[in-house]
Amino acid sequence: MAEHKHPTPKLYAIILLCLVIGTVLTYRAAFWEMGIFNPVVALVIACTKATLVILFFMHIYYSSKLTKLTISAGLFWLLIMITMSLSDYLTRAFLPQ
Amino acid sequence: MSTSQTTTTEHHPALAHQFDSMQQQQEASTFGMWVFLLTELMMFGGLFTAYLIYRIKYYQAFVAGSTSISVGWGFTNTLVLIGSSFTMAMAVWSAQLGRRKPQVWFLIGTMILGAAFLGIKSKEYYDKWDECHIPGHVIGKGFNAWGGCSANNPKLGNIAQEIIERAEKSHIEVSPVAAQQTAQQTEIFFSFYFAMTGLHAFHMIIGLGLLSWLLFRAWRGEFGPEYYTPVELGGLYWHFVDIVWIYLFPLLYLISRTRT
Repeated sequence: MAEHKHPTPKLYAIILLCLVIGTVLTYRAAFWEMGIFNPVVALVIACTKATLVILFFMHIYYSSKLTKLTISAGLFWLLIMITMSLSDYLTRAFLPQ
Repeated sequence: MSTSQTTTTEHHPALAHQFDSMQQQQEASTFGMWVFLLTELMMFGGLFTAYLIYRIKYYQAFVAGSTSISVGWGFTNTLVLIGSSFTMAMAVWSAQLGRRKPQVWFLIGTMILGAAFLGIKSKEYYDKWDECHIPGHVIGKGFNAWGGCSANNPKLGNIAQEIIERAEKSHIEVSPVAAQQTAQQTEIFFSFYFAMTGLHAFHMIIGLGLLSWLLFRAWRGEFGPEYYTPVELGGLYWHFVDIVWIYLFPLLYLISRTRT
């Protein structure tokens, strides 16, 4: 069982290449005028890079369902913290936009 | 643990007596490490949430502050850290196969890249100290982003002046009073900048400590296919710190670069 869990150096190199491309892309994209989409593009690229690191460098792609579920729960909790805090602050009438 | 496999690894010296097998021990350790990393995620997550709230409230000041930090160094540091994650993954892979020499060299490579990251970070911190951009009046020369940081160079760290010049390029009128107010508000951006990159750098320093301990054990040839959990968990920690930086880079350095 343990033998199937090992990604190969070739896969690691491909992930490294994707991460470098993502970094160059996010750097270049920051200088393009996209209005409201500038932070959106930056965060989409950051989330893609983080997902690649979690799935392959951190071996979650090969791990048990229990670990996958635990991490998903943690990420969901983080989203609750961010969305609920922001939906509070952004809808306060006295807070200037 | 559904089926406990009885293998020759049962009497491995690293097997603690509460576990049936090395595999069970490794799964429990990895799971525990992930639970720890999720508490770390919530700690950094709290900072990111506070950052988002203040970024929305003081957006102009966050743009001005973000523009004053070096995007080139931030970009370089991102590549350095991604590279160190790759060498760390390779170190875990070598440990899984019980290859001692590549394992030692990949760990050394990871440590060199980690140290390079911290070196570049200190250079950036020094620049901010030089430009009077350290929040508060306790460390350095006191916060001043509206001129008067250096008697010889009035433009040094003068964010108010930069705001006026950038506005002129876009043919927008900005009064010196409004520019100075925005420059004063960048203190909140720099508070987040130092709190978040500082906590991240602190994790890097701890990571380097962990790596030197792993390097010592790898050098003694303690890890092999049956037992490499410490390298695996050290790797998880290192990759987590890398992920934090993957978010810090666009959020702190690239807020709005289109008008610079």
